[in-house]
Amino acid sequence: MPITEKKTKELEKIARKLRYEIVMMIGAGKPGHLGGSSSIADIVSVLYFHKMRIDPQNPRWPDRDRFLLSKGHAALAQYAALAELGYFPKEELRTLKELGTACQGHPEMLRTPGIEANTGSLGQGLSVACGIALAGRLDKKDYKVYCIIGDGEIAEGQIWEASMTASNFQLDNLVAILDKNRVQAMGPVVERYDTNPHPEKWKAFGWHIIEIDGHDITQIVDALDQADEIKGKPTMIIANTVKSKGVPFAEGKAQFHHGVMTPEQYETARKLFED
Amino acid sequence: MNMQNCRTVYGKTLVELGMQNERIVALDADLCKSTMTCLFEEAFPDRHFEMGIGEQNMVSVAAGLALSGKIAFVNSFAVFSAGRPYDQIRVSVCIGKVNVKIIGSSCGLSDFGDGATHQSIEDVAIMRALPNMTVLSPADGIETRKMVQAAVEYDGPVYIRILRNEIPDVTDEKQEFEIGKPTVIREGKDITVFAHGYMVYKALKAAEIMEKKGVSLKVVNVSTLKPIDEKAIKKLCSSAKGIITVEEHTIIGGLASAIAYIMRGSAIPMEAVAIQDTFGQSALDYEQLLVHYGLTEKDIVKAVKKILK
Repeated sequence: MPITEKKTKELEKIARKLRYEIVMMIGAGKPGHLGGSSSIADIVSVLYFHKMRIDPQNPRWPDRDRFLLSKGHAALAQYAALAELGYFPKEELRTLKELGTACQGHPEMLRTPGIEANTGSLGQGLSVACGIALAGRLDKKDYKVYCIIGDGEIAEGQIWEASMTASNFQLDNLVAILDKNRVQAMGPVVERYDTNPHPEKWKAFGWHIIEIDGHDITQIVDALDQADEIKGKPTMIIANTVKSKGVPFAEGKAQFHHGVMTPEQYETARKLFED
Repeated sequence: MNMQNCRTVYGKTLVELGMQNERIVALDADLCKSTMTCLFEEAFPDRHFEMGIGEQNMVSVAAGLALSGKIAFVNSFAVFSAGRPYDQIRVSVCIGKVNVKIIGSSCGLSDFGDGATHQSIEDVAIMRALPNMTVLSPADGIETRKMVQAAVEYDGPVYIRILRNEIPDVTDEKQEFEIGKPTVIREGKDITVFAHGYMVYKALKAAEIMEKKGVSLKVVNVSTLKPIDEKAIKKLCSSAKGIITVEEHTIIGGLASAIAYIMRGSAIPMEAVAIQDTFGQSALDYEQLLVHYGLTEKDIVKAVKKILK
């Protein structure tokens, strides 16, 4: 169902808030995964604040929709969403990577309410998502499994093993979103290690393909709704995004995959998203 | 002596447990007629997943199933279930203490014909090194059965070594199996021999030989390689003149390492019967390989003599 203009504005506002929190979590003078976290902020906003059936008071509710962040380094966007929804206190966001924090460098299910699985060693999350989708079918549950992967990450062979699992078992309760931000840690994907062409590859592996602008809330919503209608195969939403989206000095730059903001850059970035 | 094939026992046991517990699921990577989970597939086609020849994905998919309440058994040869997907076991399974059971079938040198690629001589070391992992190695078919049941009852990651070939029963049907507990298979006062898997039988053979020479060996089945009950191990060594470890595994990182660490600072002489730092190779039968790599009763007797010299 298409969303109202009001809802679109609200989700845009939340995405903006997530980006603000990402910048605040990283701070100045310390490295942090700004690029890949910012590129998924709009998708995370739609999933957590519109699409997914969740209960923040009951993170292990058996009927919940699942969110797997296979590109685990982008966890900052997820932490911001989880805190905003009340899975854990917002103050915890200020303790990113500190000893004992719930906001680990990469997602840890036993430390953080709302995290479904441990990810961050790239390539594994999509397989875990397949397992959860298989269990859902076995248990006759109607939950959906959403999994975000990266365009650098798909160089991992395990991604393609998982892609075959999803099509072999006709996992139509699984929706993967390719965060095609075009930049991996050491540089542009096409220059460092070209994983293209994406639609052709995923189509050949048996997936239904939808291509969108991953920063357009309406397109994200429409794609996720369309995925609900696809039967007998998994859906891949190829989301064209921009690394470090919204932070002009960092946009599209590999340096900010895991970069350090100077105090001036940090101030600039913070003010961009401040209300 | 009653002989049993541990993988057949494993396959049948999993079916029996599967009847009582709907949460049990099994995954295979195109080897279910070797791992014997073909029996589970036959009994519960919906709960058996053929994952194709892709072990890394298989482990992470199993984690996903377990995260949704299943007790997921991952099956393949030990080299492919413990070695190849090491990082998937580490990240998808162990860090989160996810309820996945990894079955290391055709372990040790038991896949004698297939050579070095298929012979797992370092799986115990790799699995022991992982936090949150429990590592088991049954001495016979009787223990295999109890162990699989214990693995189902235990909530968390477990690795179980399963031999390919028929081996004699050595444990007591009535003896209760408890994870972490070493058991005395034969009483003796002079030397304590710690062993696991088929090597327990070899240790018993050595004990028979030595008995005729007036030396008594206490044979202990250390079928849980992690966690190891340090107190129990120390107690079992307390009046011994020597300690011998016997394992179908490299000398690095397995039983020898575990016992040596527990007994550090002790003045009791220790010898290790194990595969030296080398890979296996093909042979036309299993026993021939055990002889070649020094894993026979004769090698244990040699170790006894070395201690008593």
